[in-house]
Amino acid sequence: MEALLAIAIGTLTACGVFLLLRGRTFAVVLGLTLLSYAVNLFLFASGRLMAGAPPLIRAGAFYTDPLPQALVLTAIVIGFGMTAYLVLLALRALAESGDDHVDAKVREGRLGQEHGAGEAREPSSPPSSERGAGGWP
Amino acid sequence: MLQHAPILPILIPFAAALVLMAGTGRGPGFQRSIGLAAALAGIGAAAWLTLLADRGEVLVYALGNWPAPFGIVLAVDRLAAGMTLLTALLAAVCLLHASHGFDARGRHFHAFFQLQIVGLQGAFLTGDLFNLFVFFEVMLLASYALLAHGGGLARSRAGLAYVVLNLAGSALFLIALGLLYGTLGTLNLADVALRLQGLEHDFALARLAAALLVAVFALKAALLPLSFWLPLAYAAAGAPVAALFALLTKVGIVAILRVQVVAFAPAPATAGLLDWLTPLALLTILFAALGALAAGRLRALAAWLVLGSAGVLLAVPAHAGAGLTAAALFYLVQSTFAGAAFFLLAERIGERRGAAADRFRAGPPLAAPWLALGFFLAAATAAGLPPFSGFLGKLMLLEAFRATPAAAAVWGVLLTAGFLLMISLARNGSRLFWERKTDQAAADVPASSRRRSAALVLLVAAGPLLALFAQPLADYAARAAAQLHAPGAYIAAVLGPQAKSIERQRRP
Repeated sequence: MEALLAIAIGTLTACGVFLLLRGRTFAVVLGLTLLSYAVNLFLFASGRLMAGAPPLIRAGAFYTDPLPQALVLTAIVIGFGMTAYLVLLALRALAESGDDHVDAKVREGRLGQEHGAGEAREPSSPPSSERGAGGWP
Repeated sequence: MLQHAPILPILIPFAAALVLMAGTGRGPGFQRSIGLAAALAGIGAAAWLTLLADRGEVLVYALGNWPAPFGIVLAVDRLAAGMTLLTALLAAVCLLHASHGFDARGRHFHAFFQLQIVGLQGAFLTGDLFNLFVFFEVMLLASYALLAHGGGLARSRAGLAYVVLNLAGSALFLIALGLLYGTLGTLNLADVALRLQGLEHDFALARLAAALLVAVFALKAALLPLSFWLPLAYAAAGAPVAALFALLTKVGIVAILRVQVVAFAPAPATAGLLDWLTPLALLTILFAALGALAAGRLRALAAWLVLGSAGVLLAVPAHAGAGLTAAALFYLVQSTFAGAAFFLLAERIGERRGAAADRFRAGPPLAAPWLALGFFLAAATAAGLPPFSGFLGKLMLLEAFRATPAAAAVWGVLLTAGFLLMISLARNGSRLFWERKTDQAAADVPASSRRRSAALVLLVAAGPLLALFAQPLADYAARAAAQLHAPGAYIAAVLGPQAKSIERQRRP
C-alpha cells in the first residue's frame, strides 16, 4: 500500500510541476490542482497508513490518527477557494489582453497604469499561436 | 476580558469584515466608517496587548480551551505584540489614505482590507504551525484581491504571477507540515521545539521539513532566488495597498526568526540549517540596490527599497544574538514606515505630473514644495542619512554585526548598497522635481483631501519621529529580543509545567 501511495503522489507531483511550468494559464491551473492533490495525499499519509481503522479514539480500540484528516480537510477547502480565484483572475487577464499567456508581457512604462490609461489592448503583442504551444519562456 | 486580550486584534477586523460583507450594498460612507472604526479599535487592542505582553510573561490563549499540544494556541510575547501594534498602526494609516476614492473602485475593498489585517495579526500571534498556514492563506487571499483592486491589465498579469507563485509556496508549506507531523507527531511550535531536541531518529526527514519551512518563509520574505515576484507585484499594486504590502515581507522574516530561535537553532537535527541564509540575504541587498539604480519610476523604486530592507533583515536570523535581533527589530519598524511612505509619495507626485506620472523623466514643473520636502525626508530615511531613523537602524545593525564572523561582508554590502541607494534617490529625486519641460501642461491638481494628506504626513513624519523617540522603541526591541532568545520560558508558558510528562504513543 505504501509503495502504491508513494508512486501516486510522485506521479501527481511530477505532472503538476510539469504543467505548472507551461506557458498557458489553463495548464498552470491544472498543474496547481494536481499539485494540491499530491499534497493532500501526502498530508493524509503523514498520519501513517492503516486500513479499516476509524479516526475515533475509543478505549483499547483500533484507530488511526484523526489529525491529518482534519488538516487535509482544511487544506482542501483552502486550495479549492484559491483555485477558483485563480481561474477568475486568469479569465480576467484573458478578457483584458486577448491572450492567455502567463508571461507578463507588460512593458515597464505600462506597469500599474490606472484605469482608463492602461486599458488599451496591446496591438503589438503577437497572436498567441505564434509563441509556440509549449510556451517555455 | 483580560484573558481574551490576545485574540482581540484578530476578532475586531474579522467582525468588521463580516459586517462589511453583509452591508455590501451600502454606500462608501458606511463602509469607510466601519473600516476606520475597526482600524482604530485594532490600534487600541494591539496597544493594550503590547502593554500586557511587556510585563514579561508570555500570554497564552487556548482556543476552545483545549490545552497546548492538542489544541491551537495563540502565544503572545513582546515580539508578537509589538508586530500587532505595528500592523494596526500601518493598516489604519493605509486605510485612511484609501478612504478617498481608491476604495470606491471595487465593492469589496474594505472587507478584503480587514481580512488582510486578520491574516497579518493571526500570523504574528499564533503559536501553532498549521494555524500559521491558515492565517498565511487568509492574508494571501486578501492580498490577491487587494492587488487586483482598481483593475488594469498590468494588475491582472502581476496578480496572476503572484497568485501562482504563492499557491506553489502553499503546496510546499503543506509538504513541510506533513513531514514535520510525520516525524515529530506535533505541529505546535513549542512542542516541535521540545520534540526536535529529543529526536532520536529520522534526523534527515526533520531537517528536510525544517529546510522546506524556511524556504517557504523565504519566498514570502523575498530572499534572492525567490524574490523576482516582488518588484513586479508591488509596483503594480495601488498606492495604499502597496504601502500595506510593505509589511507582508516582514511576516516571513518574523516567522523565520521565531522558528529558528525557538525550535531549529537549539536542536541537533537542525543545527546550522540557516548557514546559507546570510550570503543569500547579502546578495538580495545588492540585487535590490542595483534594481533601485535601474528603476524607471518612483513606485518601482519603492518596491526595490522594500526588497532591500527585507534583505537586510534576512541577514539576521542565522546569527544567534539578542543584541543583533534587537537592532533588526528597530530596523524592521522604521523600514516598514519608510517603504510605505514611498508608495504614497509616488502616487501623490505621479498624479501632479500628468502624462509623465511618476516616471523619472522631465515633466511639467511641480509647484509643490511640501511634496519635495516629504520626498527629501523619506529619501534621507530610506538611504540611511544621519539625523533620521534609517541611519539609527543601520548604525545599530552594523554595530551589532561587528561581533559576528560575517562582519566584514555585511559591512561592505550594507555600506555599498546604501551608497547606491543614495545615488539612485538623489538622481531620480532631482529629475522628478527639478528637470522641467515647460511645454507640457501641468496636470490639473486633483482635489486635495485631508485624509490622504494626513496619511502621507503621518508616514513621512515617522522617519524623524522614530529618530527623536528612538530610545523607547529601541528599549522595547531589546526586551523583545531578550525574551525571544530565551525560548525556554516560551515553551514552558505554552505547554505548561507538565510539558515533559505528556504521554506519547510510540509512532510506527
